[in-house]
Amino acid sequence: MSKMQLITKGLVKDNPTFVLILGMCPTLATTTSAINGLSMGLATLFVLVLSNMAISLVAKVTPDKVHIPVYIVVIATFVTVLQLLMQAYTPGIYSALGVFIPLIVVNCIILGRAEAFACKHNVIDSALDGIGVGLGFVASLTVIGIVREILGSGSVFGWKFITGDGILAFIMAPGAFLVLGYLMVLFNKYLVKK
Amino acid sequence: MAAKSNLTNMAVVLAATCLICAAILGCVYAVTAAPIAETNANIQKAAIAAVLPEGVEVSEAVPVKVGGEDSEYYIGTKDGAPVAYAVKSTTSGFGGALTLMVGVTADGKVYNTSVLSHTETPGLGAKCTSDPAFTAQWKGFDTGTKILSVKKDGGDVDAITASTITSRAYTLAVKNAYEAVKGLAK
Repeated sequence: MSKMQLITKGLVKDNPTFVLILGMCPTLATTTSAINGLSMGLATLFVLVLSNMAISLVAKVTPDKVHIPVYIVVIATFVTVLQLLMQAYTPGIYSALGVFIPLIVVNCIILGRAEAFACKHNVIDSALDGIGVGLGFVASLTVIGIVREILGSGSVFGWKFITGDGILAFIMAPGAFLVLGYLMVLFNKYLVKK
Repeated sequence: MAAKSNLTNMAVVLAATCLICAAILGCVYAVTAAPIAETNANIQKAAIAAVLPEGVEVSEAVPVKVGGEDSEYYIGTKDGAPVAYAVKSTTSGFGGALTLMVGVTADGKVYNTSVLSHTETPGLGAKCTSDPAFTAQWKGFDTGTKILSVKKDGGDVDAITASTITSRAYTLAVKNAYEAVKGLAK
């Protein structure tokens, strides 16, 4: 597989949200607005790239029986680093995403890529794979966030184009499922070549 | 690919991984501790400034019981006399703890309120920080003539649309702070 393919496959063919259907918990919970979805996507991208690189380096020396604990410790370390950095330099986004930042540790996209890709490939390929899948996650979360924000609050990235409230259900959990379901149908019908 | 497991290499790899990770975390913590403390102090300072009248001198934190819980307040003095108090007040909202800074003037009126931290639903309860229709009513809320509870419960507080639990928690936090200041005056 060429280097370019490693990046682009995460966007459409192996899109983590709409095709692999991984990481649903942060997807449903944090996409109440476009900016929240985008921030959550970028936070996950950061952890994914770094953990993929670290894991591809340690995979060869890690004994089989303890590879899961080692990967989890590596991932948890990067998440905590991210958490401290966000708390220090972007407190606004940190408080908006709340508990979902520490929960990146158990996001199955990250452990999934570690198990399925990073432990069998070199550092550069693993980094590119992390960027590709991470960008796919960023794009999906941002799109869901934009749709939910338009319907639920009548605004895009905080810029309001109606007065008053939108359809409140789209901000809440039922709207998350509805938007995700419809986007998944459209995505698989028009973008994914069978 | 992966090495064959035996007791020695498992123990060594796990210990080494934890050691390296702990070292990385220690370094990052050391670098970010100061900015985090500064950010939190700034948030607190801005909240106190927002809920007290302009041009007052703010005292150091004083411990006090608010709604039965340990909390703290700050005295705003002008020309040596206390004119208002900023009270930190925490209640349970819809998603978890809701912490407010509540300014109460010496004559027993709510001067203003500000949210320090919350975990309310974005787009619904989280509007307690931004919805002008909700936040504006706290400025100069006269506890002498108005009742501190939401309209649904027979009070005079306009709740946020579809967020009655958050509105109730907010109102209770203001009420607890107000009661605490009343307790001080005695």
